[in-house]
Amino acid sequence: MKIIYGVALLALSYLIGQWLGEFFGNLLGINANVGGVGFAMIILMVLKEWFIKNSWMSPDIDFGIDFWNKMYIPVVIAMAASLNVKSAVSTGTLAVVAGAIPVLAAFFVFPLILKKFHKI
Amino acid sequence: MEIFLKLVEKNGLIVGFLVIGVIVAFSELFSKKVLNSKIPGSAIAIFLGLVLGYVSGVFTGGEKGLSDIAIFKGVGILGGAMFRDFAIVATAIGASFYLVRKAGLLGMIFLFFGIGLFFFMGVLLAYAWGYRDAASLCTIGAGACTYIVGPVTGAAVGASSEVIALSIAAGVVKTIAVTIITPIAAQKIGLNSPESAMAFGGLMGTSSGVAAGLAATDPKLVPYGAVTATFYTGLGCLICPSLFFILLEMIF
Repeated sequence: MKIIYGVALLALSYLIGQWLGEFFGNLLGINANVGGVGFAMIILMVLKEWFIKNSWMSPDIDFGIDFWNKMYIPVVIAMAASLNVKSAVSTGTLAVVAGAIPVLAAFFVFPLILKKFHKI
Repeated sequence: MEIFLKLVEKNGLIVGFLVIGVIVAFSELFSKKVLNSKIPGSAIAIFLGLVLGYVSGVFTGGEKGLSDIAIFKGVGILGGAMFRDFAIVATAIGASFYLVRKAGLLGMIFLFFGIGLFFFMGVLLAYAWGYRDAASLCTIGAGACTYIVGPVTGAAVGASSEVIALSIAAGVVKTIAVTIITPIAAQKIGLNSPESAMAFGGLMGTSSGVAAGLAATDPKLVPYGAVTATFYTGLGCLICPSLFFILLEMIF
């Protein structure tokens, strides 16, 4: 039964986060949700810490959230399959270039920055 | 047959679960048997999803990929904005405050640096490819971060479905690139300690790519890389459609 508490906790974080996102979007004059998902994630982490601190967390509650955590890749697959890929492919080289070139750059700069921090 | 079709139509979301399950099963098998697990099953499944979306687009002429085919409508529900954002928020449960506090400042610095680096390189490349509007540039830049930050940003700033698909494709390419290059480059770039793995996770961000790449390098490093990488998507979802988008809107 307690599994619904986990799902409800996730739903609460989601709704407050999305509401904050809409609120800030409105405030900034952009007709968009500004970081609602990010806010929701932060709220969920804080709520989780709070629940653990008060020993309210149970394996069932955790499972209710963790189920959706593990569902995220399947959901992303479903999303990928329901997009207008046909039109994207006409600019397909950009997808490969924008995906690969920054990665190569990051591998190149990683040891340089790491060394700087080790000196400090 | 008619009864079957009616059943499928009535239970769209349930059919969606089954369809994605079959896609994942096929991808896992393909990853193991054909590619020796060199590319993770999840990356192949996402690519396969994009391929199916492409084929359906050619076949139906619609704009919603596989879900334009009546019997696969449920895939569109499962992959829609509501389930997507809900599942992404749930991933925050995997990040522990304790570990992050312990790992300290280094991971956080690399996290911000990583998002900035990937985003602005993505924007520059999109600019070079002829995009000039802030929403498209922002979405492609976000896609260069991860395949989740891309569509979340795209939906928030109102980018077109084509650009969102492009941002996902870029994110998937990134995941594959990180997965393949990490074990090859690990020694050369000094990726050999928990501390450097935290920094690496922060810089690269794509949690599936970082986790798969580190697993092939040294399994002991996986949790350290994953813990910072987990924050990358959340932070990207927060910064890209807000701060970075406003910045781009001022320029364009």
